[in-house]
Amino acid sequence: MPARFDKIEIRDVTLAYGSFVVLRDIRARIRPGAVFVIMGGSGCGKSTLLRALIGLRAPTDGEVLYDGIPFWGSGSEARQERLRSFGVLFQNGALWSSMTLAENIGLVLGEFTDLTPAEIRDVSRLKLSLVGLRGFEDFYPSEVSGGMAKRAGLARALALDPDILFLDEPSAGLDPITSRNLDELVLQLRDSLGATFVVVTHELASIFAIADECLFLDGSTRTMRAQGSPRALLETTDDPAVRAFLTRGASGAEAAGPAHAVSGNLLTA
Amino acid sequence: MESHGHSPLRADGPSPARLDVEASGDGSLVVRLSGDWLLGSGVPALTEVERSLRSGSARRLEFEAAALGRWNSALMVFLSKCADLCRDCGVEMGTSGLPPGAANLLRLARTAADKQAPASGALSATWLERVGGRVLAFAGGAGGFLTFLGECVVALFRLLRGRAQFRWTDTFLVMQECGPQALGIVALINFIVGLILAFVGTLQLARFGATIYSADLVAIATVREMACLMTGVIMCGRTGAAFAAQLGTMRVNQEIDAFQACGISPIEFLVLPRLMALILMMPLLCVFAAAIAIAGGFAVSTLMLDVAPTVYVRRTIDAVTLVSFLLGIGKGTIFGVLVALTGCHRGIQCGTNAAAVGRATTTAVVTGITAIIVSDGVFAVVCSALNI
Repeated sequence: MPARFDKIEIRDVTLAYGSFVVLRDIRARIRPGAVFVIMGGSGCGKSTLLRALIGLRAPTDGEVLYDGIPFWGSGSEARQERLRSFGVLFQNGALWSSMTLAENIGLVLGEFTDLTPAEIRDVSRLKLSLVGLRGFEDFYPSEVSGGMAKRAGLARALALDPDILFLDEPSAGLDPITSRNLDELVLQLRDSLGATFVVVTHELASIFAIADECLFLDGSTRTMRAQGSPRALLETTDDPAVRAFLTRGASGAEAAGPAHAVSGNLLTA
Repeated sequence: MESHGHSPLRADGPSPARLDVEASGDGSLVVRLSGDWLLGSGVPALTEVERSLRSGSARRLEFEAAALGRWNSALMVFLSKCADLCRDCGVEMGTSGLPPGAANLLRLARTAADKQAPASGALSATWLERVGGRVLAFAGGAGGFLTFLGECVVALFRLLRGRAQFRWTDTFLVMQECGPQALGIVALINFIVGLILAFVGTLQLARFGATIYSADLVAIATVREMACLMTGVIMCGRTGAAFAAQLGTMRVNQEIDAFQACGISPIEFLVLPRLMALILMMPLLCVFAAAIAIAGGFAVSTLMLDVAPTVYVRRTIDAVTLVSFLLGIGKGTIFGVLVALTGCHRGIQCGTNAAAVGRATTTAVVTGITAIIVSDGVFAVVCSALNI
């Protein structure tokens, strides 16, 4: 595709549960090959926005465009087709517990490609080895650790050679070293695959390590408050809530109500 | 795993993937890759490379990818196999000729794989081992159930002494679920059973001119046997399965572990309320079921078989003795205990995934119904021996 279009464009998206508005007027453009982080305190609607991006929840207003093509505005068949170019890592891996790790990856391949069982097996093995799980093909999700399950989830997300990878809280619940390795894996995969990554997280270390650009959502105003590279944001922002978030509440926490709420969330999270 | 700039929605068809193997003078083997290496579009097999490597005296494998088009996991699988092959043959593999992304991914796949997996539990077993395993598993399961039974009895004694970690509110909730909310299905099934008994019984008795005894037949059969048996089976499928699924899901979510870690006995806190609820509700359900079944028999006899309503009622009252009545209620209560125990036991023993919850529910219903029928048989033998 020519670079005329952004890989993803979020155009004035509003999300609501019934009459309760979770997020309004979200706007963002994500270029191909970028690692785009959606951040914010707990309960600010990060995951809801992600659900709108991966076709699980229609926005109340606005549109999401992929390569310049409307996602929600197109028919359900076109949307299904588009979904196949996505890979999604859910918060806890969401591996199908009755299948082995290889079968988890193989199921997707078997459904959407014409590969033979032997080829599926080869591809599953390759994807698992990419995330450091070679030799764990025949293990069930309950037999591996949380970090391994998450990496296996990433391997499943990679199954169909996706264009765009969505990762929901990839480092939540992992120890700092595993979480750092996962960040490095994300960067390496981005560099080798050229895929676009959309990552939902509130782990500051991850944000600074991987994000090319980030979007800060605020639960109290229910909209976005800042956008840009995290380092630039940290240096230039004069929004106390954003500053408090990026510094773990170390500065500006007493400056304003919403900022205090955010830092409070962080401390108790 | 697309090469840069490629979109899977692109319309032009792929050009076929090709592979040429060529030995160069300095002892290295050059694999020339061309065309589009995409999944599902037919990728050359490894055989040619393997043959050249195994037969030749090549010390090094090199790639040349100048004519390589688009690529994805198909190429990576091929390269990964080449790497395995090189390791087996003791040949060095050079990746400098590959696209940078592919070389990078290959390095990632190889280095990350250094951590070896422990041997998986799924080893192939011989026939004898499998039989032995089944027997041991059965013995272990039986032992587990006895332990569970013992814990329940101990918990019941603690409850009687007022020392159990037990909440009546939970019990009332379960009682509502397995009592009033079950009335509909219990009524429907038992009414139809009464109807069938009257119909079949009367047809046979009519041959001896004893149609009037159909009232006795329905009354005795339902009060002693059918009401409690049918209600037990219904409650097993309805409530026993619910117990197993509920506790099984709690096991999957580690809620049961959390109870144990807090020092709260899951037997007392989760099993006792369910056991008590069924012990208290089953007698009432059995009485209700028997009454409804007799009503079913009454309907058939009076409306279709010309038995006078007063005569039917009179005969029913005479036929039902206090012993039959108490026997029916007693059996119903025992069936309730069996349903609660099998349901809760399977739930608590559940594995830690979604499939295990399904298995727990299935086995809860199967063992529950089996236990009910077997114990009913035991009751029949004992009653006939004691002339009850």
